Amino acid sequence: MLTVTDLVKTFDGTPAKKRGAGGDDQPEQRVLAVDGNSFTLEPGEMFTLLGPSGCGKTTTLRCIAGLERPDGGQISVGEKVFFDSSRRVNVPPQDRGLGMVFQSYAIWPHLTVFKNVAFPLEAMSRRTRPDREEIRRRVTEALEATELGAYVDRSATALSGGQQQRLALARALVVRPSLMLLDEPLSNLDAKLRETMRFELKRLQRELGLTSVYVTHDQTEALALSSRVAVMNAGKIVQIGKPREIYEQPASRFVADFIGATNFVSGSVLESRDGRYRVDAGIGELWATATRPLVAGDQVVLSLRPETIALSTEPFGPATPNQWSGEVVNRAFLGDSVDHVVRIGTRELRNRSNPAQSIAEGTRVHLCIPPENITIVPAA
Amino acid sequence: MTGLDVTARGLAGSPAFLLGLRRLFTPRNAFVAVVLAVIGYLAAVPLVYLLVGTFSGDGGFSLSAFGRAYGGNAQAGQMMVNSLVFSLGSGALALVVGTALAYVQVRTDAPFKGLLFAASMVPLIVPGVLYATAWIFLGDPQIGLLNTLVSQPLLGTSLVDIYTLPGMIWVEGTHMAPLAFLLMVGAFRAMDPSLEESAAMSGARPLTVLLRVTLPLVRPALIAAGLLMFVRSLESFEVPTLLGLNKGIYVFTSRIYFELRSYPIDYGAAGAYALSLLAIAVAGVLLSNYMNRNARSYQTISGKAFRPRTVELGGARRWVGGATVLYFLLAVVLPVVVLVYASLLKYYRGPSLEALREMSLDNYREAFASANAVTALRNSLILAIGAATLVMFITSVASWLVVRTKVPGRRLIDALSFTPLVIPGLVLGLSLLFVYLRTPLPVYGTLLILLIAFSTKNIPYGMQYASSSMRQISMELEESATVFGASWWTTFRRVLLPLASSGILAGWVYIVIVSFRELSSAILIYSPGNEVISILIWQQFENGSFTVLAAIGVVMIAILTALVLLANRLGARVGLQQGA
Repeated sequence: MLTVTDLVKTFDGTPAKKRGAGGDDQPEQRVLAVDGNSFTLEPGEMFTLLGPSGCGKTTTLRCIAGLERPDGGQISVGEKVFFDSSRRVNVPPQDRGLGMVFQSYAIWPHLTVFKNVAFPLEAMSRRTRPDREEIRRRVTEALEATELGAYVDRSATALSGGQQQRLALARALVVRPSLMLLDEPLSNLDAKLRETMRFELKRLQRELGLTSVYVTHDQTEALALSSRVAVMNAGKIVQIGKPREIYEQPASRFVADFIGATNFVSGSVLESRDGRYRVDAGIGELWATATRPLVAGDQVVLSLRPETIALSTEPFGPATPNQWSGEVVNRAFLGDSVDHVVRIGTRELRNRSNPAQSIAEGTRVHLCIPPENITIVPAA
Repeated sequence: MTGLDVTARGLAGSPAFLLGLRRLFTPRNAFVAVVLAVIGYLAAVPLVYLLVGTFSGDGGFSLSAFGRAYGGNAQAGQMMVNSLVFSLGSGALALVVGTALAYVQVRTDAPFKGLLFAASMVPLIVPGVLYATAWIFLGDPQIGLLNTLVSQPLLGTSLVDIYTLPGMIWVEGTHMAPLAFLLMVGAFRAMDPSLEESAAMSGARPLTVLLRVTLPLVRPALIAAGLLMFVRSLESFEVPTLLGLNKGIYVFTSRIYFELRSYPIDYGAAGAYALSLLAIAVAGVLLSNYMNRNARSYQTISGKAFRPRTVELGGARRWVGGATVLYFLLAVVLPVVVLVYASLLKYYRGPSLEALREMSLDNYREAFASANAVTALRNSLILAIGAATLVMFITSVASWLVVRTKVPGRRLIDALSFTPLVIPGLVLGLSLLFVYLRTPLPVYGTLLILLIAFSTKNIPYGMQYASSSMRQISMELEESATVFGASWWTTFRRVLLPLASSGILAGWVYIVIVSFRELSSAILIYSPGNEVISILIWQQFENGSFTVLAAIGVVMIAILTALVLLANRLGARVGLQQGA
């Protein structure tokens, strides 16, 4: 469907004031925003670019849209080549036939709800433009799909944040785009509404079979919505995978840290047996799994998700691997869960458990983690 | 003894009343009172006198002044038509040119965009009187360079006549275009570019985006700028007076001026013209407010740093670049160059070997040999610095009151401080005449009357600079100082003023610059020995000493350029800087 190959985009890094000061032989400073990324989308897929702000995810999306001109690489949808640096092809955004939802919604305040949605149809060339009747039908259809049917003649600015969000979606849907681009569409909504819209988006995407690229910095959103997630850091895609893979088998310390909360414990590999590794982790020995082969002596970092750590005031059975004891030093009630911080020797581990389990500070406790829940990530 | 007296004395004797009195006389309230009094005096008193002076006659209320002004003379009707044609024409020209250039500047990849920012300084550093004179040098049917060097050799006849309504519209329009440019640059920059990007993503061609999204979105700014241009040209004095004189094309301002120049002087009739002019200006402002009443829902400013996507012009790029350069040549280079050229000649004529041979600095020598010129220069500086200091002091307190407090009467202060904006300079001068010719205060005939005029005229600008910088200071900074025990005066002096100082300094520099070149509000109220530099230039024009005028003008432009450069050095955004 969408193929992006070796995409590179740089920005002028020198401050505007110093530009043209002339004479000095300093090379122009360029900031690498997107650093040679490649990925391919399957039809009907919801593909998410996830990363902290400034990681190049929005720039990547804008390159696909045609709003930025990349410095190198190729972008194509199906047979159509949108951008190819070697063949000097760059199709302007209005000719790419994509749908896009902007972070700020970019709803036109001088037009009504109806006119906003009708705009993409009215902007078509005389040859392809549907007639008045057809425009009305399709706008109504798009507004129905986004549950805005009741607001047709309102001024666009009279809508609430969530409604503007749906209006932006309707406007992008009305031309039935081959590919939908969503740039942090939920980030301007409050927490409750964001959750509702998340399900709404997923429903629409499924029902209409939309192929979409979704940009967000919110890991929960990415995990909940996506067919696949590409985690980006400093302009590079560092891991692509299904949400569960990304969460359970992070390929790097960055990914493990960025997605969900985790405990990092460093150690060195002692031996390998049945695809598992015995690691000396300072707080004792641990059995862990790794996504790639390791040998004895390798320095590694272990990622222990708080919710995978089991906590008990009684010792676990002797056959249970990865078992230690420690002392609860801190406890926080979070409503749907309780966090305990447990000190083992000089180390502290964060656990997250069911709110029914609440253990007072100073209590001796026992912990265990199943080996399949400890992921070894490269130490670098 | 009535019951009322008893209660009053009872109250006065009670400690609560004394406490209340003492609370009323805090330094803060004293300041409020002083500021209100000063602004009220400057802004309202002249208008009151103007009204009274115009409507009084035969020992009571009378409309006879209007009768004398408009009655039984066909000229008055023609004058009104001229005024409207001139104002609408130059307003429209300035708006169209300014908006087009602003769009090119902000939204396209055209070359030579830097020139536009240089051009935006023109109205500041080349005052109207010099700009009009420069265009006389260029467009006079007999001696204008455009005619002698271009039109006559090519067509055998003088095509350009600057002494016509179109000529006046051209000069005023191009002189104001940079102002429209700056306003529209602000509007285009403040617009969320994703509104245009989403139109492009919807499949709209660049022209469709421009016509159906960009322009409708900046409509409020367009209306505001358009009306400002209209009111400004309606109030403009120098251009229509200097250029219209030749063929007797009068507008309101020149009519007022000549009314006071012919004997017997009819103050009433001048007042009637001034009030009509004021009424039209106020109507313009009200209309603009009415048309923009929905502007709030148009707010496209999200406080985000925008990196607008520039429209790639492709093949049109070189044409747009060429037009930019042409505009720069016509509006900036040509007028300044011709002034410098004229200042070196004995009498004005087209360039020739002979003219080249007799070029000298004699005009400069002559102009500054007289004590008059030195006095005028000194007066201009004293007045510019005096007015700027006075205005910024008043407006920084006034803006604090308006922006930060809930003092009753703060809206009145706000409204009063913006009234001078609609009062044309000439009308202000006339009003001050009404005041100080009829009061025994020793003001008329001194520099003080000019200081009052220049201060009044600049209160709105001072207020704008001061209040925008006050708004930027978080309320908490002020509150925390109070919590730590600082008195109001200490807080104002030690926290607010330093934090707002860059804005206040910017305002100060701006007022120094515009006061240094002020003409229209001074022309009716100066007295011999109290001339300022722009009056001196005006007198040279009336004497017909055009080349001496050019020499003084060049010096003035040089000083103003230095001031503007200094201002930008200090970080005051006088005009606009690239990348700002």
